[in-house]
Amino acid sequence: MTFFEAGSLATPAAFVAAALIGLAFGFWLERAGFGSSRKLAGIFYLRDFAVVQVMFTAVVTALVGLFVLQSAGIATPTSLFTLDTTLGPQILGGAIFGAGFVLAGWCPGTALVGAASGKLDAVAFLLAAGVGSLGYASIYGKLADFNTVGACGAITLPEVLGVPIGVLTAAVLAVALVMFAVIARIERARSTEVSA
Amino acid sequence: MERKPYWNPYVAGVGLGLTMLLSFVVLGTGLGASGAIARGAASVAHAVDPVALESNAYMGGWFADGSPLAYYLVFMAVGVLVGGFVSAAAAGRVQLSVERGPRIGATGRIAFALAGGLLAGFASRMAGGCTSGLALSGMSAWIPGGWVFLIAMFAVGFAVAPLVRKEWTA
Repeated sequence: MTFFEAGSLATPAAFVAAALIGLAFGFWLERAGFGSSRKLAGIFYLRDFAVVQVMFTAVVTALVGLFVLQSAGIATPTSLFTLDTTLGPQILGGAIFGAGFVLAGWCPGTALVGAASGKLDAVAFLLAAGVGSLGYASIYGKLADFNTVGACGAITLPEVLGVPIGVLTAAVLAVALVMFAVIARIERARSTEVSA
Repeated sequence: MERKPYWNPYVAGVGLGLTMLLSFVVLGTGLGASGAIARGAASVAHAVDPVALESNAYMGGWFADGSPLAYYLVFMAVGVLVGGFVSAAAAGRVQLSVERGPRIGATGRIAFALAGGLLAGFASRMAGGCTSGLALSGMSAWIPGGWVFLIAMFAVGFAVAPLVRKEWTA
């Protein structure tokens, strides 16, 4: 049973578990090179594909893993918190976030790793992100109407599309593999250009 | 110490995906980062103006049971800091610096980092998560909101990138 299912996410045991998972999270982000804002921003100039490679490998790994665990009955849908989908704020939020990401070269998780490795631009990002969060809280009352635009509740794509989870997982895996093959082709072409 | 190369992105991606899976199975939630930043900021602001924070419609509830820092994502963020530091130190990558392209000064780069941070902090509260908690975790659990967030993020990121090219490239 997960801490969420047991209603014990706010207990010391869950805090310890979250901290240990955070250790691994930070380690892998740093190993991927995500303690570097130039490397992160590189995706927006198609100069460095690590952001897409790492993100989609992680998502596919988790999707396949979750499918296997759910098929084996080890993970159940009720053991997992289902985030609400609210299309309006999530699309506009994603759009504003994208601008912030390319201006700063950081997102919140990677900036934590950047700050831990001495990047002062990451420290600046984190401080400003705190101020931005307070800014949102200060106008939250005025956004009441907007915050329900496109509210769908706790839904998942297999439900919405009416497609079995195994089929969707295979489809995302196939798309990811095609994307990785295209990236490999671009990188190969560039390395021959350099050596020529 | 000599700076070691980063690991293969697919290896790091599998490691990150397995960490996500572990979080799903143990915590029952995904990974997250922006929530901890917002709670840290709320905690600092509370020291300055407790009444305003406790009566705030968005953040007030965080003070109902005491400190907003008594939350699992805050502990996860502490873990990320430590894990990131250990990895960077082991690879000889810890160094005080302002990372920037060859065509921008340190002050200008910090100004962009501040502007980007303001937007990203605001936007992650609006969307209810960031690249970690909404995009990565949401997509991995088949949440439509995670997928639309990611698409909107990349669409605008690519649209804005040419305007700030001198910040990053030669």
